[in-house]
Amino acid sequence: MSEIDKSSDPPKTSPKITIHEKWCKKCGICVAFCPKKVFDTDDFGLPLVNRPEQCIRCMLCVIRCPDFAVDVERAKEDPEKKVPPP
Amino acid sequence: MEPLSEVKDFLRIEKFPHIWCAGCGHGIILQSFLRAVIDAGIDKNDMVVVSGIGCSSRAVGYVDFDTLHTAHGRALPFATGIKMAKPELNVAILAGDGDIAAIGGNHFIHAARRNIDLTVVIFNNFNYGMTGGQSSPLTCLNAIAPTTPYGNIERPFDICSLAIAAGATYVARSTTYHALQLPELIANGIRHHGFSVIEVLTGCPTYYGKFNSLRSPSKMLEWQRDHSVNLKQYQMLSEDAKEGKFAIGLIHSAERPEYTDEYSKIIQKVQVVSQKEPR
Repeated sequence: MSEIDKSSDPPKTSPKITIHEKWCKKCGICVAFCPKKVFDTDDFGLPLVNRPEQCIRCMLCVIRCPDFAVDVERAKEDPEKKVPPP
Repeated sequence: MEPLSEVKDFLRIEKFPHIWCAGCGHGIILQSFLRAVIDAGIDKNDMVVVSGIGCSSRAVGYVDFDTLHTAHGRALPFATGIKMAKPELNVAILAGDGDIAAIGGNHFIHAARRNIDLTVVIFNNFNYGMTGGQSSPLTCLNAIAPTTPYGNIERPFDICSLAIAAGATYVARSTTYHALQLPELIANGIRHHGFSVIEVLTGCPTYYGKFNSLRSPSKMLEWQRDHSVNLKQYQMLSEDAKEGKFAIGLIHSAERPEYTDEYSKIIQKVQVVSQKEPR
């Protein structure tokens, strides 16, 4: 099986995921329901963003966070990939 | 989907972090409600949010609209007054199961009967969370609460069926687990011209969860996932299988004359008559 050469593709950027620590109440919802297991917790239950490269920007952690504490940066549109207007 | 920063524009940031317990679903409903307001394209100044008393009713303290925090169970009368005085405003009510189904039950059925253009979001956490988790009229059968230590023997209201029977013209149900579906349901409720009811099942890990082996917030969300069924699938279930399950989605939608419209027609009619026959 030949491997597809991906070296010409631009490197996949992982989204910036931020936890507002002062607002977070460590309920664990984002950790439990992340479909890609992006989060781990520290010893006190605070979510840690350990695998941001796995994030698919489904935004479930953002909309299910009861404390408005998780934010995922939206995908930036690549200007080169933009389809020119006809 | 709008970025969180856009949602935060509708919050009174200085009041945060909010007082709700860790894992309380009320914050999820609040975010969905704000996303619905953005989705419906309503200006901040054209929206009034009214609440009664209870955990859920603290929500109005955190939103940057004109808000009213009123007496227990009386959110609907206050909202009716606002709508009657200024029918051009969008009036939403954020109320709990105690507010709507218990002390405010009568206000609820009569507001539905009038079909006045209000949007009611019911935060159904199955108990009185603010005062210690006592059972409410929506507590599930056999559930444990401080006032029902051996299990609840009272059947809960199906608040959506009650609203339909009373005459509400938009009735929907969702849960905090289904937070992707929820903003659209609320937004359609806001757009609907008539009495709209959106029941949202939410978790109270502190009391309801503690007494019913659902102590962690994620367990409460899993419970909601396991006990809610899409309306179409629900209708195909046998009567036994329906027991303890909740149909989610848009449950009822109808068109009927709206109360403030009819009221303005009466005003016009009476004005014409009184001009013809001066006293």
